[in-house]
Amino acid sequence: MCGIVGLYLKNPALESQLGELFEPMLLEMTQRGPDSTGFAVYRDPAPAGALKLVLQNPDLSFDWAHVAAALTEQFKVDVDFRRDHTHCLVRLPVAEADLRAWLAAEPRPFTVVSIGQHIEIYKEVGLPIDVANAFNLKGLRGSHAIGHTRMATESAVTTAGSHPFSTGSDLCLVHNGSLSNHNRLRRKLEKAGAVFRTENDSEVAAQYLDVQMQQGATLSQALTRALGDLDGFYTFTIGTSDGFAVLRDPIACKPAVLAETDDWVAMSSEYRALARLPGVKHAKLWEPEPATVYVWGGERAGAGH
Amino acid sequence: MSKEQVFDLTTHTVRDLNQALHGLNGATSGPDFKVLNAQGDHALAVGIDAPVKVEIDGHVGYYCAGMNKHASVTIHGNAGTGLAENIMSGVVRLKGNASQAAAATGRGGLVIIEGDASARCGISMKGVDIVVQGSVGHMSAFMAQRGRLVVCGNAGAALGDSLYEAEIYVRGTVADLGADCEAKEMTPEHLAALDELLKRAEMPYPASEFRRYGSARKLYHFNIDNADAY
Repeated sequence: MCGIVGLYLKNPALESQLGELFEPMLLEMTQRGPDSTGFAVYRDPAPAGALKLVLQNPDLSFDWAHVAAALTEQFKVDVDFRRDHTHCLVRLPVAEADLRAWLAAEPRPFTVVSIGQHIEIYKEVGLPIDVANAFNLKGLRGSHAIGHTRMATESAVTTAGSHPFSTGSDLCLVHNGSLSNHNRLRRKLEKAGAVFRTENDSEVAAQYLDVQMQQGATLSQALTRALGDLDGFYTFTIGTSDGFAVLRDPIACKPAVLAETDDWVAMSSEYRALARLPGVKHAKLWEPEPATVYVWGGERAGAGH
Repeated sequence: MSKEQVFDLTTHTVRDLNQALHGLNGATSGPDFKVLNAQGDHALAVGIDAPVKVEIDGHVGYYCAGMNKHASVTIHGNAGTGLAENIMSGVVRLKGNASQAAAATGRGGLVIIEGDASARCGISMKGVDIVVQGSVGHMSAFMAQRGRLVVCGNAGAALGDSLYEAEIYVRGTVADLGADCEAKEMTPEHLAALDELLKRAEMPYPASEFRRYGSARKLYHFNIDNADAY
């Protein structure tokens, strides 16, 4: 099973209410995925030349100051960090390639959850209500959010195996379904330089889109290519710095509902997650067609980067 | 007729509603039911076995009016997966659009969808009549065994794939036919029966505007020419 939800605000006046609108959507999908929960929020962008990264360590008293000090020493810059439950949001002016090189240079005592200028991902094993409370989802402001409630089928119930998956900068993906050609695709992507953190099939889909966009594709072009290269069952919702997209495989076994008003676009596995959005009664409401790319924003080539 | 029973789902649970309906199972009459503020809840009005009238306001989730017997259920909204799944008899009328597998495995009765139905409408139907005013998605009437699927709009890909003995009528276009489904002659008997069904469903189209499809019967009979293969 699994539940997925996404909310993309078209009206910036609603940005202060993003968490308030989005949290009930995620919680409504508890029955579809009670084992792990995660969400990505796009907000509060880092200035040009700077990055935000979200790191995770299960130890609630983990010494994040030590990590910040190591980053300061390495890059000779001011590093801002804020602990948030098991996660830590770090901001620093650094080039992404240099940061990734530092992260890869030796084993680090934390997991990288997201890197980008806009994106922050928070995810944990546990019920949606517990994870939402742990990270104060309700209070979050931002332009768009994507969430996932997981009922694991293929890989382990771990924080790393939870969604959303983000492999590149600012792009994230949530997935309901299972891919059947992910092993072959993984080897192909590894040859193209992709580095995988998990055995999860959904991470392969995220990497796939990321590689396409690194090669210059727009979000919409990357998704059109995905229809040819990904085999299996999927309903995806994808976020980039300025874009929001939904894609279903040609058989479309996995459910999806879209709703749109002048103020927002919302996606969910089931209508009930949308039922409390303001103006939903007069929203355009439809089931996305199989093998059809739906994109809002995100038309800059390589906009994930 | 006793007083109408109202279940507002902002104050009542789905279980309250379904238990009240099940309390009438086997009865020969009962009150009318009005369900307010459905917000995509699953399993509304499932398993009724009495000739009652149920009106639901709002969008419904999965399996609404599933296994229905005798009741007349009308939904003023859209429906999630498996509307009227395994319906036995009675009438289910949906004013909006239906998600996947509407009227799946239905054994009898009538399901009317005034909007569109998405993929696999009437999958494995076994005697139900389904009338869709709009269009149906891909793989509709997949492995259908008995009953009629009437599509007033267009049909998606692989219509009637691996069909047994159900009848399919389409007024608009068919993206393509599934394995072993073929166009059939519309006889006067079929026209008269379809006309009666369209009238019962309150559809404003004459039967003459529809084409009929059915099984070529090549997949499910053993072909004696293949006997040498064993």
